[in-house]
Amino acid sequence: MTEHAAATEKPGSARYLALGREARDRRAVDVRLLAVPVVLFLLWTVVYPNVAVVLGSFAEGLGLWRAFAASPADREALRTSLVVSVASVVAATLIGVPLAFLLTRFEFRGRRLLAAVATLPAALPPLVGVVAFLFLYGESGVVTRAVQHVLGLSRAPWTLSGVWAIVFVHAYTMYVYVYLFVGAGLERFDTTLDEAAAGLGAGRWRRLRRVTLPLLIPALAGAMLLVFMSSLASFSAPYVFGGGVRVLATQIVNSKLNGAMGMAYVETTVLALSAVAALFLFRWLERRRQYAVTGKGRATRVVMRSPAARVLAPLAALLLVLALVLPHLMVLLVSFARDGAWTTQVLPPEYTLDNFRRLATQPQLWRPVRNSVLMTLAATAANVVVCFVAAYLVVLRRFPGRRLLQFLVALPWAIPATAIAIGLAATFNRNDPLTGRVLLVGTFWILPLAYFIRGVPVVASAVESSLRQMDPAVEDAARGLGASWVLTMRRVVLPAARPGLVAGATLAAVTAVGEFVASVVLYTHANRPISVEILAQLRSLAFGTAAAYSVLLIGLVLVITLVARWIDVRAPRSAAAAADARTIG
Amino acid sequence: MSTAGSRESGVGSRAAPSATPDSRLPGPPAAGTLTLRNVTRRFGEHVAVDDVSLQVRPGELLALVGASGSGKTTTLRMAAGYETPDAGSITLAGADGTTRDITRVPPERRGFGMVFQHYALFPHMSVEENVAFGLEARGVGRAERLTRARDALRTVGLGGAGPRPVQSLSGGEQQRVALARAVVIEPRVLLLDEPLSNLDPALRLATRDELRAMLRRLHVTALFVTHDQEDAFAIADRVALLRRGRLLQVGTPEDLYDRPTSRPVAEFIGRAALVAAEDRGTHATVTLGGVARDVRVTRPDGAGATIPRALAVLRPEALTLSPHDGREQPGAWPGAVTARRFAGAATVYHVDVGGPGGVHLEIATVERGAREGDRVWLRVVREPVALVAADEPGAADARGDGRA
Repeated sequence: MTEHAAATEKPGSARYLALGREARDRRAVDVRLLAVPVVLFLLWTVVYPNVAVVLGSFAEGLGLWRAFAASPADREALRTSLVVSVASVVAATLIGVPLAFLLTRFEFRGRRLLAAVATLPAALPPLVGVVAFLFLYGESGVVTRAVQHVLGLSRAPWTLSGVWAIVFVHAYTMYVYVYLFVGAGLERFDTTLDEAAAGLGAGRWRRLRRVTLPLLIPALAGAMLLVFMSSLASFSAPYVFGGGVRVLATQIVNSKLNGAMGMAYVETTVLALSAVAALFLFRWLERRRQYAVTGKGRATRVVMRSPAARVLAPLAALLLVLALVLPHLMVLLVSFARDGAWTTQVLPPEYTLDNFRRLATQPQLWRPVRNSVLMTLAATAANVVVCFVAAYLVVLRRFPGRRLLQFLVALPWAIPATAIAIGLAATFNRNDPLTGRVLLVGTFWILPLAYFIRGVPVVASAVESSLRQMDPAVEDAARGLGASWVLTMRRVVLPAARPGLVAGATLAAVTAVGEFVASVVLYTHANRPISVEILAQLRSLAFGTAAAYSVLLIGLVLVITLVARWIDVRAPRSAAAAADARTIG
Repeated sequence: MSTAGSRESGVGSRAAPSATPDSRLPGPPAAGTLTLRNVTRRFGEHVAVDDVSLQVRPGELLALVGASGSGKTTTLRMAAGYETPDAGSITLAGADGTTRDITRVPPERRGFGMVFQHYALFPHMSVEENVAFGLEARGVGRAERLTRARDALRTVGLGGAGPRPVQSLSGGEQQRVALARAVVIEPRVLLLDEPLSNLDPALRLATRDELRAMLRRLHVTALFVTHDQEDAFAIADRVALLRRGRLLQVGTPEDLYDRPTSRPVAEFIGRAALVAAEDRGTHATVTLGGVARDVRVTRPDGAGATIPRALAVLRPEALTLSPHDGREQPGAWPGAVTARRFAGAATVYHVDVGGPGGVHLEIATVERGAREGDRVWLRVVREPVALVAADEPGAADARGDGRA
């Protein structure tokens, strides 16, 4: 069928090349040599653990499931997880959409500053964000105490605890997704559509309602999905601020700590199913509204004219900038505070460099840093190799099992990190070659494996995106000129994949170095990462040390992004970038 | 059809402000006349539209023609209200003789219809919802606006396409939807931005005729922009030629073709060779290849008795050739054929006059006999020939033929 189809396609078209390649690939050995190990590896690390969890949940037939349904704590956990996720979506949308409009459509003093700072919350490792919020808005937080003093209250005006606290923290970090997606949609928006609507007599609100917003729905849906999935999987915020409130993620960890693995499996399965269900729902919604927008509208910013707006907008911008930057500043401040000295004052009273000095000199304290760095390096290296091969196979090759591979690299994204961790704990807890199990739990390597799995969809999709921009005929040209397969990969395919590889690896590394959710399930004292150490320090009320670790973590993230940029700058420009430069210059 | 019998020409010269013949018409403008008066628009240092004055009369089809960068699109956008002029005014004459200044009125309140170059159809609405949108904005009820939308679609030949999504239509069909959407609101003026540029060549000619027929049938006042001079000639009643933001000339296609008022106009419109000539009043002496001959000429209004450095505009169909048999021919120049192209109704010859390095002329004639390399006599068979000044405001770029 493919040979015939190839004969009817126009020679030279990408589809013709792909069909011809498919025919060749079916006979080719090298593709299968490559594909089979990768597929098997991913099946083993990604699917097998989840299957083990699901099977484990049915270990007593339906018994464990009935127990789940009967347990008020579990039912509450499920309900609260969903409620928190929906509320987070609403909150993030309410913040992100107006912010996107404000920063793309209007010009006012302070706009640039606000735009530069608007994505800052996403650059905080999740636990650090939570810690910062503790320092600011917690019961002994700076803002809380300040308000208490100013208003002359005897007790703290609020307690950062419960569902609203979790949603508050989520909204702060996750509005960035909405802001970025909707902002990108607005930048790409075809302004001639808006002009056409205006010319037809539609006023500003009608244009917004009938033209702009409906066309932003795909971008918005994508962002809302991301917020929902992140909220569902979120652990740090409910753990620190939940108070007595249960969500599935914390419930799972509780069950594991209590040794009730069966219940943990059921809870994990429920969590994973919720995530996958949400994924399908959103994708279905998104698919119904894909429009190709091809106009060449020029987006110009409107200068605010009304005097009230000219005063209010910069003021609001300033307040927002402050609110966004405050957590980072707070962490920095507290990192210099002497442990134990900050009790009831608004701000820590004593400052010292001691926290950092101890971190650098005491082996016990330095260990987590070393662990995180090593584990991140290992995981990211594995990500780079495996995902490059996988993406190459998915984009440029046709073979039976290609769709399976595509599914496998995307799967970890749909599964909350806690579920991934439980899956690993369930599977790799003994040496049993017959069932393909290796003892990794309790060793150093279990965490890099978890980081690796979490990073697979990130790196793979970034590389896929880069490779899709490459003309597939280029590879054929190289082979035709006599280049061996290895030479072709090294000199033709790898350079094309490089931008995506660097971007994806950066994101995966940044996530891994500050990873908390899976770490808290799987860590041992020997391989404890920075995030777990921060929690330990917080529990001992050593706020200064906890903050010092947080600052160090932020520093590591910065180093990683700088290294990535350095690699990028050194790399020879891709053909596409060079072509762009020629047309722009 | 406008019956402006007087020859009109607006010349942009460095010394004088651009003449505005349109505003020199006696009496108040007829109801529905759109007038742009001394309109200027700058983007930073760059002057996109420089002191342009135009009048579009009710029921008239006026084309704004020019190369890219000529300011024609910016002028159109100012007429629509998407840009505000830095100087000058835009007015619309009302039915009761009053004139309304609409210079700063936003687009949604001008009551004009605009057809965009890439159609700007709303992708998330069906065809009939698109067409009905202007009525929706005016508060027309759903049943009525859909009825009127469907009528409009029938007028443009798309009856029955209403419920379809816009992506399912071809480019030509989308353009007709955009047109229907603009006319269903009964606009005071219809503005079109490059209406034919996005159509494939096979479709363009047919659409060109259809468009003119449709616009005449609707009795709508229309201002449209195009970079293609042929399209402008085919559709418009009058043509305004812009170059680098200045208005060079406004007139009927015949005015611009037979009586260009300046060198850039002669170069842009049609094909022509511009050769040096000495202006002697009713005629001019053109010396080619050492041979001087006189031709009857017309010169632009307001150019004075004689033009000091003049160019004669020799159009291909104004010349013909005959075999050179060695004898002197009065009224003809000697030349040699360098290329021949049989084009059916006429044969196009390229002739060198005055040896290599001399003047190169293009001739379109029913004479077919001459072959490449032949020596021939050239003479003018259509007079008067237009005369323009060699100097023009701004940098003069020498172009051999008229195609911009």
